[in-house]
Amino acid sequence: MFAIDYEDLGTPAPVEEAGPVTVEIDGKPVTVPAGTSVMRAAALAGTGVPKLCATDTLKAFGSCRMCLVEIEGRKGYPASCTTTVAPGMKIRTQSEKLAQLRRGVLDLYLSEHPLDPAGARTELRDVVETVGLTQTSYGPRPAREPMPRDESNPYFTFDPEQCIVCSRCVRACDEVQGTFALTVQGRGLQSKIAASQDDPFLESECVSCGACVEACPTTALMEKSLIRLGQPEHAVTTTCAYCGVGCSFKAEVRGDGAATEVVRMVPSRDGHANHGHACVKGRFAYGYATHADRVLKPMIRKSIRDEWREVSWDEAIGYAASELRRIQAKYGRDSVGGITSSRCTNEETFLVQKMVRAAFGNNNVDTCARVCHSPTGYGLKSTIGESAGTQAFTSVAKADVMMVVGANPTDGHPVFASQMKQRLRQGAKLIVLDPRAIGLVRSPHIAADVHLQLKPGTNVAMLNAIAHVIVTEGLTQDDYVASRCEPESYQLWKELIAAERNSPEAMEAVTGVPADFVRRAARLYAAGPNSAIYYGLGVTEHSQGSTAVMALANIAMVTGNLGREGVGVNPLRGQNNVQGSCDMGSFPHEFSAYRHVSDPVVRGTFEREWGVGLQAEPGLRISNMFEAALDGTFRGMYVQGEDFVQSDPNTHHVTRAMESLECLIVQDLFLNETAKFAHVFLPGSSFLEKDGTFTNAERRISRVRKIMPPKAGYEDWQVTMLLSAALGYPMSYRHPSEIMEEIARLTPTFAGVTYEKIDRLGSIQWPCNDAAPEGTPTMHVHQFVRGKGKFCLTEYVPTSERSTSRFPLILTTGRVLTQYNVGAQTRRTDNVIWHSEDLLEIHPHDAEVRGISDGDWVGLTSRAGETVLRAKVTERIAPGVVYTTFHFPETNANVVTTENSDWATNCPEYKVTAVEVVLVNQKDAWRKRTAEERAMPRPARRRTRDPAPA
Amino acid sequence: MNIDLLVKMANEISAYFASEPDPEQAAKDVAAHLRRYWEPRMRRQIIAYYEERRGAGLSELALRGVGLLAAAETANTPPL
Repeated sequence: MFAIDYEDLGTPAPVEEAGPVTVEIDGKPVTVPAGTSVMRAAALAGTGVPKLCATDTLKAFGSCRMCLVEIEGRKGYPASCTTTVAPGMKIRTQSEKLAQLRRGVLDLYLSEHPLDPAGARTELRDVVETVGLTQTSYGPRPAREPMPRDESNPYFTFDPEQCIVCSRCVRACDEVQGTFALTVQGRGLQSKIAASQDDPFLESECVSCGACVEACPTTALMEKSLIRLGQPEHAVTTTCAYCGVGCSFKAEVRGDGAATEVVRMVPSRDGHANHGHACVKGRFAYGYATHADRVLKPMIRKSIRDEWREVSWDEAIGYAASELRRIQAKYGRDSVGGITSSRCTNEETFLVQKMVRAAFGNNNVDTCARVCHSPTGYGLKSTIGESAGTQAFTSVAKADVMMVVGANPTDGHPVFASQMKQRLRQGAKLIVLDPRAIGLVRSPHIAADVHLQLKPGTNVAMLNAIAHVIVTEGLTQDDYVASRCEPESYQLWKELIAAERNSPEAMEAVTGVPADFVRRAARLYAAGPNSAIYYGLGVTEHSQGSTAVMALANIAMVTGNLGREGVGVNPLRGQNNVQGSCDMGSFPHEFSAYRHVSDPVVRGTFEREWGVGLQAEPGLRISNMFEAALDGTFRGMYVQGEDFVQSDPNTHHVTRAMESLECLIVQDLFLNETAKFAHVFLPGSSFLEKDGTFTNAERRISRVRKIMPPKAGYEDWQVTMLLSAALGYPMSYRHPSEIMEEIARLTPTFAGVTYEKIDRLGSIQWPCNDAAPEGTPTMHVHQFVRGKGKFCLTEYVPTSERSTSRFPLILTTGRVLTQYNVGAQTRRTDNVIWHSEDLLEIHPHDAEVRGISDGDWVGLTSRAGETVLRAKVTERIAPGVVYTTFHFPETNANVVTTENSDWATNCPEYKVTAVEVVLVNQKDAWRKRTAEERAMPRPARRRTRDPAPA
Repeated sequence: MNIDLLVKMANEISAYFASEPDPEQAAKDVAAHLRRYWEPRMRRQIIAYYEERRGAGLSELALRGVGLLAAAETANTPPL
């Protein structure tokens, strides 16, 4: 069932809008774009035509025969969903004959599927009421073997007895999601919907995106939450708090105030990023927000070996502020700092960095984006002038070639992956650069044209080899380069790239990829005509992460693939607000909009607005803070919504740094791994409990709207204000909209952004200013933001992390569809049914020589540490490479990752760690040892559970 | 801070700028990067190491870059 406040128009809008066509529907003139269906035209005119198999997210199907109409001059009764308007067409949607036909068709449906008078409101029930048929004329249905209900999926049920086999679920799975997990099995009265080979949903290929559930016009496919909680009462539009796609959702709720319950999340069909689609995390995995593990009372303790003590907000804030001031008095102004979170809103991250700069009096602020996409900021700023992706997601619909580099969209960005797959099924070409056979390499109706399965750590070598082919085979767009790029930098880069050492043949030994594959990929990309690059952390999280980003931008510039739809360089951001947290000035060297703190003009605008003098020197990055903590010059830290003990590399090193802090303040939903080292815990608020905005990977600013009051009493931005006031720097915002007003005053790319405008337009892609008052979907259209594009030199420099006889394998890391980052949210949902532990993927050859079978416990050791987990033997990974996720603290994969980092930004080199894998017989002993190595004393938390808001 | 780590970082920065064909420009680029992105105590430490230990372990380009950084710090040249 689609959203309660949504009016379904029956069929999608025409893809290519042509001139207007005027028709007459039931005597009223209606003007619509050419290509519009009669059904949609009627709906737009306010005349609903009964329908069962049609919905406006799916192509017209014409099977249910409920939407028949009469058209003057035409024989018969055409289906309005499959008939497009023509000039002068005269249509009747209501007549005695049509009513008779519809009753007859509906009679047949009801003969097989009698309606439960007390059943839920569905589209079928609406049609029954519209047509006016109360019961079937066919009498009792012949007895037959009842079809069992499938309850296997944790989030929805499938009751085949209620299924009218309209195929909407099958088509949603095919057309919208692109998984092709469902089919109609059997014929005639025996036909039924089947998942995979008639498997239970849970065991099938279904990815639980929920598109089928939403498409179902009956109660056959239904959310379990809807069954459990009943019909929602109203809906609030908000933005998902998982990945960087930033899907818009209708949160359908019951009750109000503290008693508000989310019945279900339904993706907004007018959502500009997701267009009515969702994934298993966004649609279903929101239960963490009400999980019993939520900590709802502030807590303090003198020592991390003491028990926590629940205190009032006043006491917690007062203690935190006094400790920070004590530390600064003892160790100096620069001995404290703060961390913003890419999971929090723009307004919250802006306030944290403001508090650090204005109240702490230094620039020791950093963000968790440091460990994911900081090289994107550096690389794109250096080459094309702006630290952001160049396109809207919809641009992919005009791409002829996609080059996916170090990203796994079907798992990490599934809703955008569905958009990519739609375009690939239309014939776009696909190049994949990844050590692992990601989902896009081969999936139903999609196969990569070239998969460059390179060795981890060799991205720059590979990209240089691709560029070498483009340059030496004359595939460059010289006019584009001449008019839009710096000639000097181009000449230098061209000479470097054309050198024989960068040829695919010379790089073959480095990358492990046959030269002819590389040449094919380069020619394909250069041929376009519209070639688009999409990349992820498999590019950035390397010692040459920034160089690789620059290499991507160089390739796009030299082939003229920037500045229009269908092309571009597009970072797929991992978390919901990575882009926003970077935009908001979370890095220690720059204010909002990426302006260096040493710029006296920029700094002056902030000093005047904030009424305080600001430092002109860059502050400490996260990894610098750890080092400074270990050498005793950094002693206090405020961390909002970040768990770096689990997420940052070389866990032992991080925990030693944490132990040396005199005051660690953690603000979070849960007592996470970092909180084990904290002295003050401030309860956070979930995305359901606050107002604000997120900025997604396409620079799209979308509203987060409060669904319910904060369970701990305060929204996160309010907590930062309390702390700042206690430090003697009060802030006086009454609502996040006022914070956005300040952001707009201080940030040129946000100058035109207001809540009113976001509400009016639905969302805004920055830059939004006088030159682009409604935002900028495509950047660098006439020229690059920096003026002329700069070809930065990208010599390949091998990482110092190499496989050795002691550590002969290379570990690379990633994430899976159903879990998210450190798992703080998804581990507290039913998503654990799909993925309840981190697994180590290992090639059959590497497994065999070590005596490892699928499912065995294995020890994973690097020079940094060791852990134990189960093996998954698979050919998805190349020989010599192993792969795991980092979702579970029990495994804590970052125990083994090292301190290596990107030369420019210190983004950790998560993707390359030399390791050895051994079969483990004494799993518990291994796990005990590794746990003891990393664990601090964990005294029981003394607190009384009070779920009521403070 | 751990001076070995600072030396490693300086060398990695220099390894990137080493492909700049003009050696003087390469050294300037290294110095500018350190000035622009390193917090003052890190800069002070690498400069002290450069002056007291002659920058042992720093690559040739890193040495020249830190030398320029030291001069810029003395002259209080802005990083932009």
